[in-house]
Amino acid sequence: MTSVAEENETITSPNPVFQEVPPRQKILEALMSKDTTVSIDEDALENEMILNMGPQHPATHGVLRILLRLDGETVVSAESELGYLHRGYEKLAENMTYHEYIPHTDRLDYISPVANNVAYCMAVEKLMKIELPPRAQYIRVICCELARISSHLLAMGALAMDVGALTVFVWVIREREKIYDIYDVLTGVRFTVSYMRIGGMAQDIAEDSIQMIRAYLDGLPDAISDIAKLLHKNRIFLERCSGVGIMPPEEALDLGWTGPNLRGSGIASDLRRDNPYLVYDQLDFDVITRTEGDVLARYMVRFEEIKQSSKIIRQCLDNLPKGDYWATDAKKIIPRKGEIYSNMEELINDFMLVNFGQATPVGETYHAIEAAKGELGWYLVSNGTGFPWRSKIRSPSFVNLQALSRLLEGCMISDIVAIIGSIDPIMGEADK
Amino acid sequence: MIFSFEQLKEQDAGLFFETVDVGGEAAAIFPREQILGVAKRLKDEFGFLQMIDALGHDRMERKERFEVTYNLRNHKTKQRIFLKVRCDERDPHVPSLVSVWSGCNWHEREAYDMFGVIFDGHPDMRRMYLPEDFEYYPLRKDFPLMGVPGSIPLPHHEDADPRFTVADRGE
Repeated sequence: MTSVAEENETITSPNPVFQEVPPRQKILEALMSKDTTVSIDEDALENEMILNMGPQHPATHGVLRILLRLDGETVVSAESELGYLHRGYEKLAENMTYHEYIPHTDRLDYISPVANNVAYCMAVEKLMKIELPPRAQYIRVICCELARISSHLLAMGALAMDVGALTVFVWVIREREKIYDIYDVLTGVRFTVSYMRIGGMAQDIAEDSIQMIRAYLDGLPDAISDIAKLLHKNRIFLERCSGVGIMPPEEALDLGWTGPNLRGSGIASDLRRDNPYLVYDQLDFDVITRTEGDVLARYMVRFEEIKQSSKIIRQCLDNLPKGDYWATDAKKIIPRKGEIYSNMEELINDFMLVNFGQATPVGETYHAIEAAKGELGWYLVSNGTGFPWRSKIRSPSFVNLQALSRLLEGCMISDIVAIIGSIDPIMGEADK
Repeated sequence: MIFSFEQLKEQDAGLFFETVDVGGEAAAIFPREQILGVAKRLKDEFGFLQMIDALGHDRMERKERFEVTYNLRNHKTKQRIFLKVRCDERDPHVPSLVSVWSGCNWHEREAYDMFGVIFDGHPDMRRMYLPEDFEYYPLRKDFPLMGVPGSIPLPHHEDADPRFTVADRGE
């Protein structure tokens, strides 16, 4: 093993900072030089320990690596490392047309893929100034809210599993399976759906899917009250979660937290209400907040938001307008198959759009939606060709995870899993 | 009250900036000497407490090659603004805004990782996603899509299982 150590020392980093530290040791250096408010007992040799948690650990929800500096069982400081699932989606985006990129967005937050489709397509539509027909907007809201229910259910179940309540996790998977069945009928695919298109969606919402969604929403209150019966008076769950991982509102804002995590700290910030997109301004729903800012508060926000999402979907289904689900603009939007096979003009447009991409106006744009984890946005820079010049993903999990080392400071080892579960990170999204 | 960058000039006439449009939201490019002071004022006087995102951007072939954009939001007035700063390829240094918004930390590390922009005053300037001994900056336009063969060494074990031949390990 000596040769490996020698190799490490001979590699010179191009980074002028930390030039003297071997590359692999830099994370340790960062951990040891971190400011902390927790003091170590006098006999550090007896108590201090560095623990490597992850990247393959069941409670890290994927491949998150955390380096912990421990004093006995108390965390003195923590340093998280990302990148084990980095697939370079921003580089890939620059080398394909706007349309080709849609299936890749599914793989970001793979728990709620439709919401990613919507966020990306809306950013491109904003860049190209495409106006959607009302029916398409309603279908998008329905899809987003189904994705939110699905994501929040898993977040609750995984948190419960991490603190020891395995039953909830199994029940939650059962409920999510029903949502997958709806997706199967609605979009044709169960998991990574790629349902949205720039200017509309792949197919219209059929009467079957509407019936399935209604039946699902009818059963949902019973399903979540079963979860509530198991957890909300469960003393073990409450004591594991309350008062743990407290995030004050000022720090949450400073760190850029969004979504249920920020609302758990008492700030009623929700893009659906603050900067309404699609038809959210016509829908009636509440923004749920909790003031405690601890693990339980974040859990409760998600629990209540499921009910709100269910309310939103019902309103959309009741008011679903008739009409087209696809905007028509021959130069920007891929025409439908029937038209391609029968009209020369559409065939030419289809050929041009598929091969060279949409000709976008030169400029920069940013559009964000309130996804299940927080603000999910795309910053697109266009140079007028069919390929984006820069496509930056603003992923909520990445930003929310940043607070992890701050939250872990001073807590016990057994609380770490509860705190990670309450932040609800999805590594596919955090690592891009 | 809707914030516009002209309001910054009322107190400090020496400010120099160029306004741009980002999808209908206000945005301005500041010289790098002024960006830290402007950021502090935006946070303290104008209530832009929420630091949403920061991103690097390779402008390739243009005079100041790299651009860093900060995406800020005022959660009370619901307004979003963009703060931009540029630097040259030969001197890729911009001031870090971690002292203003602690949320900039990972975003700036990501921009360093992907573009090689060095943020002066950053407390922890390490790579975000890629291994520390990786020599390239992949989101630069001159980095090939297929990557650079051999730039990330495969894990090497001296006591590897002898049943696997060299060809199996892909060497």
